[in-house]
Amino acid sequence: MNRRMTRDELLRRGAIGLGAISVPGLLAACGGGGGGGGGSASSSQKLNKVLEFANWPYYIDTPMTLKAAGINKPTTLKQFEQKTGIKVNYYEEINSNPEYFAKVQGRLSKGEGIGRDIIVSTDNDRFLGDYISNHWAQKLDKSLIPNIKNLIPAQQHPPFDPNRDYSLPWASGMDGIGWNEKQTDPVTSVKQLFEDPKLKGRVGVWNSMGDTLGLVILENGDDPANVTDAVFNRAIARVQKAVDSGQIRKFYGNEYAAVLEKGDLAASMAWSGDIANLGDPKIHWNVPTQGGIIWTDNMLIPLGGSVPTASTYMNFMYDPMISAQWAVGANYISSVKDVKSDAVKLDPKAGSNDLTFPTDKTLSQMHQNDPKMLTNPDYNTKWLAVQGQ
Amino acid sequence: MLWLTLFFLVPMGFLGYQSLQSGLFPHFHFTWEWSNYSHVLRSNHDGGYRDQYLRSFLYAGIATLACLVLAYPLAYWIAFRAGPWRNLFLLFIIAPFFVTYLVRTLAWLNILADQGPVVRILRDIHVLGPNGRLLATTFAVIAGITYNFFPFMALPLYVSLEQIDPRLLEAAGDLYGSSTQAFLRVTVPLSAPGIVAGTLLTFIPAAGDFINAALLGTPNQAMIGNVIQSRFLESLDYPTAASLSFILMATILIILLVYAWIVGTEKLTG
Repeated sequence: MNRRMTRDELLRRGAIGLGAISVPGLLAACGGGGGGGGGSASSSQKLNKVLEFANWPYYIDTPMTLKAAGINKPTTLKQFEQKTGIKVNYYEEINSNPEYFAKVQGRLSKGEGIGRDIIVSTDNDRFLGDYISNHWAQKLDKSLIPNIKNLIPAQQHPPFDPNRDYSLPWASGMDGIGWNEKQTDPVTSVKQLFEDPKLKGRVGVWNSMGDTLGLVILENGDDPANVTDAVFNRAIARVQKAVDSGQIRKFYGNEYAAVLEKGDLAASMAWSGDIANLGDPKIHWNVPTQGGIIWTDNMLIPLGGSVPTASTYMNFMYDPMISAQWAVGANYISSVKDVKSDAVKLDPKAGSNDLTFPTDKTLSQMHQNDPKMLTNPDYNTKWLAVQGQ
Repeated sequence: MLWLTLFFLVPMGFLGYQSLQSGLFPHFHFTWEWSNYSHVLRSNHDGGYRDQYLRSFLYAGIATLACLVLAYPLAYWIAFRAGPWRNLFLLFIIAPFFVTYLVRTLAWLNILADQGPVVRILRDIHVLGPNGRLLATTFAVIAGITYNFFPFMALPLYVSLEQIDPRLLEAAGDLYGSSTQAFLRVTVPLSAPGIVAGTLLTFIPAAGDFINAALLGTPNQAMIGNVIQSRFLESLDYPTAASLSFILMATILIILLVYAWIVGTEKLTG
């Protein structure tokens, strides 16, 4: 991967190279705020007084992160409440894609709501596609989301939702390695993570297949964007070896961050913005020497959720100024056009934050996973088996 | 009888029906798919879950024994020596039950943490090596099960010990029995119903437990409950999960029958 890529190019490669049936131009019609989207007829048009929002930890601007960035403004959640009068109940309850799916699938499969208006699911796992193909997600009301025009082109036609009828990106982020300087020397490669005897039993990996195997595939010198059986088997064998040798302590969701900070883990696969948001100077994050994986989390409206209320919030988040503040405060990558210029207005240092606005060099180290790997049932069974399940 | 039909036989029948289906969620078809059973019983190298089954019964067995060894002296002491404080001590045994199972197990995550006080002390006195740990080990999982099911052992033991007439022990002494002999010949046989009830109440749920292995163990400690949980909830592979559950249930039943045959059925009914 020596060729330099811009962020748009990179994300587009993912979305189009994956055999998506893209329908260009459909989204352009939505900018005018007419009757776009078309799927909202069944949902009640009444706005709720409260938005129930389920998200991952370390994933939004907080008074602490805003202060650290020198921004003297209320959080984006507060601003939304002030602007619309809709109160937000923000639940940091999504610890991992498989775990959250396990939690909500029972009710959703019976066509019942889960008490949430928005949930967030990653394109780097099979579950996002499952929510949509099982008809567990409701159509967005695009007439309430004129700001959808600000969605970057690279994200307009993903394979799991070619017309963005059901989902909108929340954030993109990178898979890398986090390590605790009190417990270990710098850990810069998956090889070191899996084989350094000093780390035995103190290494964390994710229970999400795309994240963990993506990094292992890169370490093996294979291409994660084109996963054959041989590539997959090589990667899973390498994980199995690290499990059998006792090197890997456990397969984690987002709770790896707290365990890493506590010191039970010396090093762990880690998501880019989490470590910055943890705000702990002894924890570091870096892209593995063999490269990292980039992914995008997407907002969905699950069955039972209020489409107008959720759509109103999504529209708010697609205001470039709001998204800029969010990006600076959350240390993740926005999918809104021209965020960087607004972010620099808020925090002059923001432009050089590699987590929010990755440099070309960082992006050149990033790869995307083959979606065929994520949805292959046989691979998923093997992935559970390596976790002892 | 109606109760049993409604809440046991009907769900059982449904589970059995599901375990013989094939297909992918949400389109399962009933096809007498007996291979669901043979498949999950294969060795782990062959795509089955034999290791997790064996591990479940091993862990449950060790934890049941540990519970018995720990609970017997305690129940004995409360029954015979605690006098007016009996109820208070019984309350102490039950007290952890006021806290959710999950939270109790999570608490052990902190107690046994590598950087926690317990591990630090054990390292200082060289019980553990400088890099030794308790969390994410087999020991932690079995200890967690033992702790969580302890009251199920202690309470039946207490009930049967408490019913023993102390005059029988005096009589044993009068007949020149040593206290050890009195204990082995009088106390233990009379408390047998408690031992049997306690072991069953501990072993059966412990064999199907998955919380302790999930929170306190590594993939190398995964039990069959973990497999069933992820098959049901994550993979939405209901037929495999149902056949796994059925096999677990059948195995427990067989173990129970063998146990009953060894100790004699009259002990089971008290």
